[in-house]
Amino acid sequence: MTEIDNVLQVEDLTMHYTTRAGEVSAVNNVTFYLERGQSMGLVGESGCGKTSIAFSLFKLLPDNAHIKTGKVFLNGQDLVPLKEDEMRKVRWRHISMVFQAAMNSLNPVYKVGDQIIEPMENHGLVETNQAAREHVAELFNLVGLDPKLMDQYPHEYSGGMRQRAVIAMALACNPDLIIADEPTTALDVIVQDSLLREMIELQKKLNMSMIYISHDIAVIAEVTERIGVMYAGRLAEFGSAEEIFKHPLHPYTYGLMSAFPSIIGPKRELTTLPGEPPDLISPPPGCRFHPRCPFATEICSEQDPEFRDMGTDHFAACWHPVEAR
Amino acid sequence: MAGEENIREPLVVVDGLQKLYPLTGSLFKKSSAFIHAVDGINFSIMDGESLALVGESGSGKTTTGKLLVRLTDPTNGSIRMRINGYEKDIARLRGGELKGFRRHVQMIFQDPYESLNPRRTIFDTIAEPLVVQGIGDLAEREQLVAHYLDLVGLSPPETFMWRFPHELSGGQRQRVAIARALVVVPTFVVADEPTSMLDVSIRTGIMHLMQDLAEQMGVTYLYITHDLAVARYMSNDLAVMYLGKIVEMTNTEEILNKPLHPYTKALISAVPVPDPTFKRTIPDIKGSIAKPINPLPRCRFYDRCPIAAKICQENDHPPLEDKGSNHLAACYLV
Repeated sequence: MTEIDNVLQVEDLTMHYTTRAGEVSAVNNVTFYLERGQSMGLVGESGCGKTSIAFSLFKLLPDNAHIKTGKVFLNGQDLVPLKEDEMRKVRWRHISMVFQAAMNSLNPVYKVGDQIIEPMENHGLVETNQAAREHVAELFNLVGLDPKLMDQYPHEYSGGMRQRAVIAMALACNPDLIIADEPTTALDVIVQDSLLREMIELQKKLNMSMIYISHDIAVIAEVTERIGVMYAGRLAEFGSAEEIFKHPLHPYTYGLMSAFPSIIGPKRELTTLPGEPPDLISPPPGCRFHPRCPFATEICSEQDPEFRDMGTDHFAACWHPVEAR
Repeated sequence: MAGEENIREPLVVVDGLQKLYPLTGSLFKKSSAFIHAVDGINFSIMDGESLALVGESGSGKTTTGKLLVRLTDPTNGSIRMRINGYEKDIARLRGGELKGFRRHVQMIFQDPYESLNPRRTIFDTIAEPLVVQGIGDLAEREQLVAHYLDLVGLSPPETFMWRFPHELSGGQRQRVAIARALVVVPTFVVADEPTSMLDVSIRTGIMHLMQDLAEQMGVTYLYITHDLAVARYMSNDLAVMYLGKIVEMTNTEEILNKPLHPYTKALISAVPVPDPTFKRTIPDIKGSIAKPINPLPRCRFYDRCPIAAKICQENDHPPLEDKGSNHLAACYLV
């Protein structure tokens, strides 16, 4: 057996939010892995749990969120039982995050450069301020920002520049894993394009392990080698990007792709998925997708399908995978 | 409303439309700097057809939409609209005339979470334009609202009518917004990014609904979007805006297949493609979009253009002209 070096291994992760209306089953029995140096996309619609997974991995959860079961191995170390002071040694140093709203993740009253130096100082990675500034200059060059900008404040940056600064911050301590949560969603298409190219290049150059979260399957198709499709708190499908696009197994993945417009190729009819995603306080029994699934049978409403490898390292949780029909 | 001769006439003809926003200035000081949000644009939309306006943030597409329904007043130019068979310049309507005009045009906004009043029931929301226009009595309004709820797929209507917006999902709210826009049977609707806040599986449903209703009711749309792929499905024609100007305009498929203007080319090649094996070409464009504050008398795209030449700098912004078979572009070099 060949040795596979997984930077991340998530096993049976289940996370709930306690709300006044009841327990919200936001992440349910999610299992996946990420090889070192690989990039993976997590795609799904609002409320499907993709951001909840990110925050569970990063362990930056609100007070009403509880990881019920499961393990999150980062470099072989389970993060779930770690206390906050232990987690602080891991966060930014070994796992870092690029948040969706760049403006909100930068402090408006500090210079951008100083904000990037902060995590490096906290982890004792830099000796002198001079060395720290030199490292920030390197990072700025890496993400396509002029190093002169490090002594400016966030409001002096454009949207695209801020997002680059936040990426530089995530790279500052040379982490083992970067989670990027919708980093380009608020940007215009031309700015988005240059940032996406930047991220693909960085990922390759630094051999960076990355989880890229987006609702946009086109963006995911371009950026990542592997894809996980989320639906209603569950991982519906997981495999290589090419496999998933060529042979989607889960009817939800299939539906998502046929609903997605493209400007390339012949203008095909867009299909509509009936209904709406379920309320996660009382999710439907059995497969959570069955009320919207055109292929659902009796078993789908009774038993939750197992998330299993359907051959060629392509996982899905479905009683009637598309190929087999 | 197909005419007997089957010849389509323009419903909206926009000529030299301009909107300037003063940048500084106060009560006693006249402003000398202006944002040229919309700067002299011309286009027309045929009866029963749809035009999509695409561009980046700050290109002036939303301002154009607001001008056409008169949510904001134009600085210059005319908007001739055919209403009840009569053509009229609606650019300077005031008072009662403006109110009467509002019955024929409606707008659907981007954010269904913000465009509905949280304290009003769905019935009150949809009935409001009827109340304003003095259409029907309470019983008739209830009937109409129920009919339109049904039409936008919120059925049975009784279960939705007395609810409040927070009890509905984003897709359902946008359906309410569509019902509110259509209940007065408008001839012209401006839809400003009506699907951009919605998830993919919900979005297609709304797109289909808008198309079906447009066909059924003979509504003409101006569809504003930043998403070229959505525009492809929602419009016959496409106009690309850049810094207050239309830089290219023709049939939607024609633009996507054979873009002429360098900006359109860049915009198209920047759109991510949902196919991991597809390799896009790198968009050929420099820098980022500026603000149209007192723009210099040269091509607006000059600073970012990959093929800019002397002529583009020495002359004013090029006119939007026919480059063959009704494919309009504003560029000296194509």
